[in-house]
Amino acid sequence: MSGFETYLMSRMAREDSHTLEGYKAQGGYATLERVLKDMQPSEVTEIVKASGLRGRGGAGFPTGLKWTFMPDASKDPRDRYLAINGDESEPGTCKDRVILDEDPHGLIEGVLMACYAMGCAASYIYIRGEYRHQYRRTEAAIAEARAAGLIGKNILGSGFDCEIYMHMGAGAYICGEETGMMESLEGKRGHPRPKPPFPAGFGLWGQPTTVNNVETIFNVPFIVERGAEWHRSMGTEKSPGNILVGISGNVKRPGVYEAPLGISAKTLLESPDFAGGLHDGRKLKAWFTGGSSTGMVPGSTIDTPMDHDGMQSIGAMLGTAAMIMIDDSQCVVRAMEVVARFYDHESCGQCSQCREGTQWLHQIFRRIEQGKGLPQDVDMLTAIASGMAPGKTICALSDAAAIPANQMVKHFRAELEEHIQSGGCRINHTGNFARGASAPTEVHA
Amino acid sequence: MALPEKLVDEFNALVKNYPAGKEGKRSGLIPALHRCQEELGGWVTPEIMEDLAAFFDLEPAEVYGVASFYPMFRLTPPGKHVIKVCHNISCDLVGARDVLAKAKELTGAEVHGTSPDGKFTLEVVECQGCCSTAPMIDLDNTFHENLTLDELERLIGECQ
Repeated sequence: MSGFETYLMSRMAREDSHTLEGYKAQGGYATLERVLKDMQPSEVTEIVKASGLRGRGGAGFPTGLKWTFMPDASKDPRDRYLAINGDESEPGTCKDRVILDEDPHGLIEGVLMACYAMGCAASYIYIRGEYRHQYRRTEAAIAEARAAGLIGKNILGSGFDCEIYMHMGAGAYICGEETGMMESLEGKRGHPRPKPPFPAGFGLWGQPTTVNNVETIFNVPFIVERGAEWHRSMGTEKSPGNILVGISGNVKRPGVYEAPLGISAKTLLESPDFAGGLHDGRKLKAWFTGGSSTGMVPGSTIDTPMDHDGMQSIGAMLGTAAMIMIDDSQCVVRAMEVVARFYDHESCGQCSQCREGTQWLHQIFRRIEQGKGLPQDVDMLTAIASGMAPGKTICALSDAAAIPANQMVKHFRAELEEHIQSGGCRINHTGNFARGASAPTEVHA
Repeated sequence: MALPEKLVDEFNALVKNYPAGKEGKRSGLIPALHRCQEELGGWVTPEIMEDLAAFFDLEPAEVYGVASFYPMFRLTPPGKHVIKVCHNISCDLVGARDVLAKAKELTGAEVHGTSPDGKFTLEVVECQGCCSTAPMIDLDNTFHENLTLDELERLIGECQ
């Protein structure tokens, strides 16, 4: 990759990048030592605030600002926690696993700095249950760090105490929502909590808690080491720094890539340094900009900056920067049916709008795809989605299901109507392995 | 049936990761359910739920409420091998349907069913985080990514 500085993935080329030895050989934990020796906790928070780092879990909330929501320790002496969200289950998203696999000490160093900044005596890293390999890698890294005096009491002789624990989820998407995750960590069903109270006041076991995504915290040591100005020299003014972009779907080189925020999505799709383009002879029909919750937009929008404002300008969201590329051999109605099925499966069932709405959206998209759609179905989709969002439920899963449905009607109404009128789909949905340059197989519904 | 001593020792160590008291202790429930499923026959039996309830100072119904909420916990016995095929969008776009059809053909199992010989349980699952290495299956808790139909056939053949 050329033309910009890379750092997030810079250590991962080494075979032993996941070990303490490999990490230290590349300068690891030197910044932590300096922080504990020479810096006040508030200075760490100030650097992160000044860097403009925004959360990488999907919402893009300013990280430093979030840290300042924790109550003043001199007035509120309760125990406080940092919870790391490694649930990574937004469809299309596969970037945190790269960190957990290849550079877990980078995450641990970030956790220690964040705990120091916020005065947390313990941190819990919540990793989705399916990530067994990533769990073991991170668990081994924690054991190494503990043995080296980097976790536990009086870290590096500084007087700072901090514990880091691992916690395994069990396959529920809703536990990626921060309050659902806290419930799950407490050994309960992953039912999101109404907010307020917010986690900073009432989090894990009712104590002040900050929840940050794996990639967000992984950024912290780089920023503290090199400074806020350095971080702001990359990316855009409102979305500084580099980000891990996951590219999947009908491209030549799917993968997880590091790129500066604000890079054109077209470059990410077409450059040989990134996804290398679509298969020969194909056109981009549609794409999900940052995970399935951000919805599908037409392929014609691809030349847009990948940052929060850029994605907003095409009515989408940056989300987790998980780009899912759909070429013209695919059916967007079928793609939507798959996505609607997912939200139907994952609704926790607390709020009726979501529990019922996700089910109805799934059923209607399915019957349209199967050629059993009714003329009034398209408007019904919009009506159902408007009953689900925005902000009508405890958490944003309902919104996450309604947004793709609304985008679908807005951008691909013609495809929906064609399916309804012609009684089905023209595209054969099997044989995708062979979908290189071959023409889509026409079948009769 | 009581929980094996080895697991009780493990769980006693596990709960020290969480704050003292009943609320802190119950935080170990989900990791404990995982360990029971791994060690005690691949599913969570009603007896295990009762034992865990006793250990964590909960009602059996509370343990059932948790175990039944999370897709990874199995409340019925599986076949000897468990194949999970991701059918979410990124996998779907690059051949998940063909993978599923082939898996059905090779194992003789229906989706969310077990083959008549008891060897294979076949499931579809939502996104496993292997989007840029799709399509994928999880075979007996190990991911197989960038999967081809030939590789699927080989993997299933090895289980036969």
